[in-house]
Amino acid sequence: MAEKLKLELVTPYKKVLSAEVDEITANGSLGEFGVLPGHAAMLTALKIGELTYKQGATVSHLAVNWGYFEVEDDTVTVLVQTAEPADEIDLERAKAALGRAEEALKKLTPEDKNFVVYEAALERALIRMQVAGKAARR
Amino acid sequence: MPTLKSIKKRIGSVKNTRQITKAMKMVSAAKLRRAQENVVAARPYAGKLAEVLGRLAQNVSSDVSPLLQERPKERLLLIVITSDRGLCGGFNANICKAADRFLKEHAREYKELSVMAIGRKGYDFLKNRHKVVKNHTNIQSNLNYQTAALIAQEVIESFVADEYDEVHLLFNAFRSVMSQDITLDKLLPITSSAGEEEMLPPQYIYEPSQGELLAELLPKHIEVQVFRALLESVAAEHGARMTAMDSASKNANEMISKLTLQYNRARQAAITKELMEIISGAESIKG
Repeated sequence: MAEKLKLELVTPYKKVLSAEVDEITANGSLGEFGVLPGHAAMLTALKIGELTYKQGATVSHLAVNWGYFEVEDDTVTVLVQTAEPADEIDLERAKAALGRAEEALKKLTPEDKNFVVYEAALERALIRMQVAGKAARR
Repeated sequence: MPTLKSIKKRIGSVKNTRQITKAMKMVSAAKLRRAQENVVAARPYAGKLAEVLGRLAQNVSSDVSPLLQERPKERLLLIVITSDRGLCGGFNANICKAADRFLKEHAREYKELSVMAIGRKGYDFLKNRHKVVKNHTNIQSNLNYQTAALIAQEVIESFVADEYDEVHLLFNAFRSVMSQDITLDKLLPITSSAGEEEMLPPQYIYEPSQGELLAELLPKHIEVQVFRALLESVAAEHGARMTAMDSASKNANEMISKLTLQYNRARQAAITKELMEIISGAESIKG
């Protein structure tokens, strides 16, 4: 059994990350889960959420948007639409997006076609702020 | 024999043109580099997605997702990707011709052929010849995944709504700076490449179920395909423009040297003529 997990994080724009890590925590469609070396092969959908990985004592956070998470032979492949490391997040922008989404949601009913869109935007903004907050505390 | 002045004027105008083509070449070269980087950057994602999809698609029946549904071939949608701007050699002409040929060849096979044009040049060419249902222009100068995803979703929606039975994608794939390949991809329905894969994959844990995952993954696959095609087309466009502008600059150089030769000859002739006049004048006074 390998001691480390190989994490590959890919978005349509670039390969964000390719690193050896000790532990990964992510927000799956059925809830949060953690992966350690030696995990069984698995494929799952990711929700908008936070992805955390540990390298030794350092913990890194990323805000990820909708995607997939695959484990096989201690290789973890994460396919996401966007991934932002905590220190790259524009907090002002996230706050502005949050405000916009909240405004829009007030006017809409859950039946509206755009409701889901704004709800997702709201969630993204919240996650970004949450992740950015963690970076600041560190 | 053109006059000295007119030749000089022509040299000036050709020089101006050369300056423009040179500048355009330089701009295209820079843009090409960026576009190429984008193509390369998008590759891992597309590759990984195809990998995951391939694994998932094994032993799954086609009724998990409407995108896998094979229907009788009656209505076809062809998506043609061209550039918004001209001056790039045969880039647009070739793809338009290919689209035209494809549509004519398949006119008998299908009851209804529709076209979605991406890029102004293709739209201009095809709108009077075929049934263009939709066009997207001015998206390529600032291309991002969201735009591609929106187009893909639109296509998926109309496919699911039973407006089309098949969707094909025609675009210029980027091979090298000098050459582009006209590529025709079948976008929908997705044909699962079942069978020839290696033995059973390792036991996977699927969360949620395999079918649900696949149903969610397939639209992404379409999005990525559209995105990739757009990226390739943009890179190919800049490559084609760069080559076209390069040869235009060369032609201009050639023309300038020809005109300069002509100009010098004309100047020489004028001097000789003047000398003759002076000499003959002097002769007549003497005599």
